[in-house]
Amino acid sequence: MSSALSTQVGFLIRRSMLRTLRQPAAVIPSITFPLILFGINAGGLAAAAQIPGFPADSYLDFIFAFPFIQGALFGATMAGGDLARDIETGFLNRLSLTPVSRVALLAGLMGGVVGLALLQGLVFVTVGVLAGVQFAAGVGGVAVMLVLMALTALGFGGLGAWLAVRTGSGEAVQGAFPLFFVAIFLSSVNLPRELIAVDWFRAVATWNPVSYLIEGMRSLVITGWDPTALALAFAVAAALVVLGLTAAAAGMRTRLGRT
Amino acid sequence: MDEPNTGPAIEVEQLVREFKKGPRAVDGIDLSIARGEIYGFLGPNGAGKSTTVLMLATLLPPTAGTARVGGFDVVSEGAQVRARIGAALQEAALDPMLTGREHVHLQAALHGLRRAERRRRADELLERVGLTEAAGRKVGGYSGGMKRRLDLALALVHGPSILFLDEPTTGLDVQSRTALWDEVRRLATDEGVTVFLTTQYLEEADQLAGRIGIIDHGRIVAEGTPAALKAEMGAATVEAVPADLARRTAVADVLEQFGEPVGASDSRVAVRLREGPQGLTDVVRALDAQGVAVASLQLQMPSLDDVFLAKTGRSLEGSRAEEPDHDAQPEPAPA
Amino acid sequence: MSRSSFSAVALAVAWRALHNAVTRPALILPSIIFPLFFLVAFAGGLSRVGDVPGFDFPGGYTAFVFVWIVLQSCAFTGAFMGFNIAADFESGFSRRLLLAAADRRGILAGYVITGLVRSTFTALLLFVAALVSGMRLEGSLLDLLGLLALGWLANVVGTLFALGVALRMRSVQAGPLLQTPIFLLMFLAPVWVPLDLLSGFVGAVAGFNPITFAVEAGRSLIAGSATGLPLGYGLLALMALVLTGWALTGLRRAEAAG
Repeated sequence: MSSALSTQVGFLIRRSMLRTLRQPAAVIPSITFPLILFGINAGGLAAAAQIPGFPADSYLDFIFAFPFIQGALFGATMAGGDLARDIETGFLNRLSLTPVSRVALLAGLMGGVVGLALLQGLVFVTVGVLAGVQFAAGVGGVAVMLVLMALTALGFGGLGAWLAVRTGSGEAVQGAFPLFFVAIFLSSVNLPRELIAVDWFRAVATWNPVSYLIEGMRSLVITGWDPTALALAFAVAAALVVLGLTAAAAGMRTRLGRT
Repeated sequence: MDEPNTGPAIEVEQLVREFKKGPRAVDGIDLSIARGEIYGFLGPNGAGKSTTVLMLATLLPPTAGTARVGGFDVVSEGAQVRARIGAALQEAALDPMLTGREHVHLQAALHGLRRAERRRRADELLERVGLTEAAGRKVGGYSGGMKRRLDLALALVHGPSILFLDEPTTGLDVQSRTALWDEVRRLATDEGVTVFLTTQYLEEADQLAGRIGIIDHGRIVAEGTPAALKAEMGAATVEAVPADLARRTAVADVLEQFGEPVGASDSRVAVRLREGPQGLTDVVRALDAQGVAVASLQLQMPSLDDVFLAKTGRSLEGSRAEEPDHDAQPEPAPA
Repeated sequence: MSRSSFSAVALAVAWRALHNAVTRPALILPSIIFPLFFLVAFAGGLSRVGDVPGFDFPGGYTAFVFVWIVLQSCAFTGAFMGFNIAADFESGFSRRLLLAAADRRGILAGYVITGLVRSTFTALLLFVAALVSGMRLEGSLLDLLGLLALGWLANVVGTLFALGVALRMRSVQAGPLLQTPIFLLMFLAPVWVPLDLLSGFVGAVAGFNPITFAVEAGRSLIAGSATGLPLGYGLLALMALVLTGWALTGLRRAEAAG
């Protein structure tokens, strides 16, 4: 990266982080909401660990991947909303008048997404460990979990940014949030796929890429180092990142519209 | 740099912009604006002012026609154009969560200024627009006038030679407006910056612009210096209100010796003075000689509103509130 | 104030709110889609939870979660009513209502009626969806009506709570304050397993949550073994009574604020 480009990207990441961190009303729900749902699920479904064939001793460990995925989704939706607001207010036009490249604009935005994801992830790990979650893969597992979460946030963030540049509306980005939410629940988030009794649901969860992200993260907690689960998770995350960023970059080209 | 030093700062031929739904926002305009000139682009909401600015600033591709800004084509040489222009667009688009100084630093970094230069430039610009004290505060707490001033500072970060100001004083109080006018004048006079200013305020165009173009429904309907445009409207008018309404006819008889009647009503009489403003003393003497008393007597010079009325059939001042804002935020047509 | 002006106001407000819901379905869609989605996610994804040792509900897992989903959807339909009134305040419509209504308590009653109609609609839709997805019914028609009555009570509780909040805040910014308490109350109950299989924090809280007893009463009805009904209905009725005061004082606040 040339020094001019890295300065640009650095400033844009800084801006994206500052704008987020200076709005506690936006950051706090992105941390507390996943934790609340985690608590409700962990307590309400604790008995599920007694289903014959359940892969973990404790449901707390099993469900711990959930806040990471939901948190990533939250942060990414915020980033999409932020970009949409830049379009609505004309701030993006202002940026377009500078020699800044599309890549730098996108990198700045995504840098903010990843930064927030890591912040959320660290809080989740801390709360989880305090609540008694044990990482079978140890400290290295925590690091890999955070990397997977950051990649997931990056991928979802790309899709959020794509929606923002396509629609130019913060409402449209917010409106898509429940769709992502549904995608999380129609996966193996609450029970392992082999314990989903209803055929069509199991089929949906098997085709749903979110299942593999969750299973990869979960393996670090309940199994240890599971090469297959991790390979699948990283493959899905990478595909999501490529898809999200390509769509966002293409959309950005149209939206910038500058000659 | 391959800077073409000769020729006009802005040169536009038959520029057109169509949107998918709706009429032509800009319908074949021609412009030639000299370096260092302040050009006022005057028209009601929806006339096509902002669309023109977006095209000249390379943010919106024209449907047809050509435009050169700073000697470069806005379509094929966008980057060169952008390097030479600064723009304060209508929205005063700022991030409420960043401080004024952070805005200037961000803008300067994106323009590729080095660290020391960024600092120097930020101090200088914030000082110039009177925001030094407020520089550390978040923009969300700024007043409308402060936002506009910051907007101007941001447009100037990279020392552009051509400045686009899209309705820079809309919604500002008189004081902020005057301060902004002073700064724009200073830029043109001291630094030789070409200013392309859109406005829906007649007074602003009159005060600030060396030349004015009146745009209506996407077409330029009149162009010239404010004085020339007003002169086109002809002589001054004098308007009298009789002290005793019963003697209105007597007043009218006197006044009509000095010019053609215009826009009279039951309570007042007005004529366009054949001899120009000098004729007023003769009017007073004649009224006195006839022994007709008047409650008021006013001399009115032709205004830009008269020009606007004559060229478009509407009064600009009256049309402002009713026109829908067609061109405020045009959607770029996705490919 | 006469009885007739109260009911006239109530019916007028209800007519207008229902008319709104029918002409702008996008507004009420979330309150229908969420419970249907819960039904799909719980009955479809979690059915093996019924195999946990000690889980012996006679009606099967779909019936087990169906009861909670009905009560949840009724309570949330009530909470969504708060959005209506908050939005009415932002648009100035509520001020006109307050001026025009001879008996302003009728306005509250109007929203309650609207909530009841809408929640009945959603509950019937859920019932059909649950039958289609294979729910077994052990209880009689009377038991089913008993479940619907529990849903109505939950709906009135939700509506009165939301009215109290909305009348105090008078802005759609109140959104999270309308939903979050009801969300927590509903989820800190035996959602997926019976009370005695809950553990930890959720288990501890659920033991004191009135919703727990309403859910258990509803589950006993659908299993055809009605038990714990007085506690289930009684606690909801008590909540409704307390929240009537909350909504009426909210109305006074709104009146005082003009």
